[in-house]
Amino acid sequence: MPINPQTANILVVDDYKTMRLVIRNLLIQIGFRNIDEATDGQMAFGLIQDKAYDLVISDWNMEPMTGLDLLKSVRAANMNTPFIMVTAESKTENIIAAKQAGVNNYIVKPFSAEILKSKMTAVLGSF
Amino acid sequence: MPGESYRRDQVVSIINSVISKISQPQEHSVDIIRQEIANLKDMLEDLRSQLSMTDVRNVHAEHIPSATDELDAVAGATEAATMTIMDACEKILQAQQAGAGDDAIEGEVTRIYEACTFQDITGQRIGKVVRTLKTIDEKIHALLRTIGDIAGEDRLPPAPANNDSLLNGPSSVQQGGLSQDEIDRLLGSF
Repeated sequence: MPINPQTANILVVDDYKTMRLVIRNLLIQIGFRNIDEATDGQMAFGLIQDKAYDLVISDWNMEPMTGLDLLKSVRAANMNTPFIMVTAESKTENIIAAKQAGVNNYIVKPFSAEILKSKMTAVLGSF
Repeated sequence: MPGESYRRDQVVSIINSVISKISQPQEHSVDIIRQEIANLKDMLEDLRSQLSMTDVRNVHAEHIPSATDELDAVAGATEAATMTIMDACEKILQAQQAGAGDDAIEGEVTRIYEACTFQDITGQRIGKVVRTLKTIDEKIHALLRTIGDIAGEDRLPPAPANNDSLLNGPSSVQQGGLSQDEIDRLLGSF
């Protein structure tokens, strides 16, 4: 079923406020409206357990819980929530670790709005 | 004794003792002199071993170049982002003056948002430099303690937290980082 940007719930996870603001504004430009934010993996996991998100967009490098650990926790809880990692960690072992943990797509920083939309489309289908 | 740590004053004391005995051989047995020289040899071997363990060679070969590379990247990223933002602002003003539609302005606003992501990456690069400086500081402290300038005190800073070995921060292609296209191909291969 195609996703509706007007009603879809997106969670943005990043410890940098600037990054959360940038991604939020890009999502709004794409057409999404319901955007929540978390400052680290632990806070995000709490939100994910309480609300059904259509997509999680997460950084990797965060404390006390990294984006990778957040992803592992989500998958360990049998949640198939679509998950896109957006991070500066770009080495092969990072990609493999994220893929093995169940990531749906991976965006390396810096990125453009076009890349973000393209990867979201790849994960969610056209919108 | 091998493996024992020696203070500088102990080393000086033994050297002076050996010199004193050698200069007055008639007053000391050869065995005693031989034993003191053997003790001195053990101390020097131990000192050499401790010095090699501080492994300061990679400070010059690895840590300093790595830190300067990161700072160069920070300067470059900041400059590029600033240029992008200023260019976008200029185009917005031109679009307004020309009465251009919202699409033109929105496109430039998007470019500004994209450019602002530099702050996250430069922050991580600076974090890497700070960690490098801390590593260099630890090695210097270890070296100074080994050669006895810091006597009797353990003033080494605490060891860094055991970070996830995967957390390396921004990596340029030269540093083994993958481009977005390479990442897409790798994901597609699973």
